[in-house]
Amino acid sequence: MACMTAPSPSPTEHVSPDTDEVTDPDTPWQAVVWNDPVNLMSYVTYVLQKIFNYPEPKATALMLDVHHKGKAAVSSGDKDTVEGHVAQLHTAGLWATMQRC
Amino acid sequence: MNGWKRSGRGNRVRYTSGFSGEEAAVLRGLFTEVRQMLAGRAELAPTDELAELTGIRTGPTSRPTDRVLARLLPDFTTEDSDLASGLRSLHEPELIEAKDTAAATVLDTLPEAGGRLELSPDQADAWLAALNDVRLALGTALDVSEDMPEQLPDDDPRAQHLGVYHWLTYVQDSLVRVRVTSL
Repeated sequence: MACMTAPSPSPTEHVSPDTDEVTDPDTPWQAVVWNDPVNLMSYVTYVLQKIFNYPEPKATALMLDVHHKGKAAVSSGDKDTVEGHVAQLHTAGLWATMQRC
Repeated sequence: MNGWKRSGRGNRVRYTSGFSGEEAAVLRGLFTEVRQMLAGRAELAPTDELAELTGIRTGPTSRPTDRVLARLLPDFTTEDSDLASGLRSLHEPELIEAKDTAAATVLDTLPEAGGRLELSPDQADAWLAALNDVRLALGTALDVSEDMPEQLPDDDPRAQHLGVYHWLTYVQDSLVRVRVTSL
């Protein structure tokens, strides 16, 4: 799932170089599911339907991305939301991580 | 074991199957083993007065050295090791608890000597997650890869275990296929 493109700071906004290292709490994150030789295609699709309420075609398309491309971003949002998604994916046994968009 | 069947509708949907005594014993052994591994990991959680006072549990900050446990309890992020440690410590206790509860549900619903069983949707989901954990554990220990053959040569020490692994795959896949029809 593509992240929303973050709006660029407007020319009138002052961007201090000192704050570059500070994580902006609004920076979107994404949950990424990685390919795994054990997890069944049917089960990965089911888990994506169940956790995210995705319709079956979308869950299948994401599962196929995981299978063929090695990984797929399956959700995005603020850090807490995505952290919760990764916890649910781990509970289901999927190999998932979170990263900044 | 000859696949799963769905009966009923709505809240009354049930998933039924039957296991022989031998199959039930194999499942019981595997789920008990995974529970023991997770319990061993849970013992490594730090105990501190603050956690006892607040009830907020924290787990270890470092990834398990055992590769099976490391697969069952993956890092939350690969980008930032401090964040990965913090998130592990925060989430690992509840993750272990969820996996243990799922395995316990299997053991509670599986007739001791084998026989027919009937699962509610929530119980079926616990079975799916717990079967997946057992397959992850066995698959990691067996170095299962995408192009793993159906059978290994008889003299390969992994041959028998691979047979069990493929059987678990069938048990899980056939349950997913009936479960998904009632989402």
